[in-house]
Amino acid sequence: MLAEISVTANYYLSVAAALFTLGASTVLLRRNVIIMFMGVELMLNAVNLTLVSFANELDDRAGQAAVFFVLVVAAAEVSVGLAIIVSIFRTRRGATADDLVSLHG
Amino acid sequence: MTFAIFLGASFLVLGGALGVLRLRNPVHAAMSLVVSLVGIAVFFLMQNAVLLAAVQIIVYASAIVVLFLFVIMLLGVDKVDPSNAEPGTRLPLAVGVSACILGGIFAATSKVWTTGTESLAGPIAKDGESNVSRVAEVIFTDYVWAFELTGILLTIAVVGAVVLARKEGASLITEGEASDVG
Repeated sequence: MLAEISVTANYYLSVAAALFTLGASTVLLRRNVIIMFMGVELMLNAVNLTLVSFANELDDRAGQAAVFFVLVVAAAEVSVGLAIIVSIFRTRRGATADDLVSLHG
Repeated sequence: MTFAIFLGASFLVLGGALGVLRLRNPVHAAMSLVVSLVGIAVFFLMQNAVLLAAVQIIVYASAIVVLFLFVIMLLGVDKVDPSNAEPGTRLPLAVGVSACILGGIFAATSKVWTTGTESLAGPIAKDGESNVSRVAEVIFTDYVWAFELTGILLTIAVVGAVVLARKEGASLITEGEASDVG
């Protein structure tokens, strides 16, 4: 019975929507800065999945090229973001997102 | 069969994301993130995005997660968990926002709407050509400008990360110190 269900683009888009929501909830609910960053990565992956789903549905290579560039930008963003986190934690050990209230220092 | 694989991969993806949301230890959360990213790679494979599945595994599930783990170990966050605070008053607001996001995206994707514009870069598959050559062709010809810009972006990111993470007043190591290593 399960074998007859054909998986259309809507299925993948629903999973991408749920994944985006979970990533957003991670950013909203967790106070550990590194885990908030992981939530951002989840959201980026949800967008990648959406782009690939539409590229497959509309038979267009541009969606896959766009995902390629999103991957590259995400990698650059992670490296810089983690460097910022390292430099923040150097002065205050055990800081959470609630403690990071001022722009300097 | 496709539906069974879809169900399995979506369990991986959403279960991994739930793990990132709920797990207290950052190292456990990073491992859960790896599970989710591998599930995404399976989705890419199911949708004729072969190059992207490989790049996803190489870049995301390996390099980026290892970077996360490096920083977690470097800062010692896996031993000391400062964020024992409960979400508290933030929880209903977060649930409300998440429900709105989910509802909005579900409403938008319940039908697949196409606008009827022409294809941007041509069909995905062509006889005799692999997906790698198809995507590489469009990256290096139509979008080569964006490709070069991402190269510059990566260079800037590397230099920026080194500058940001460097200790204040750190000098180059001298001859004597260099011979002390190993």
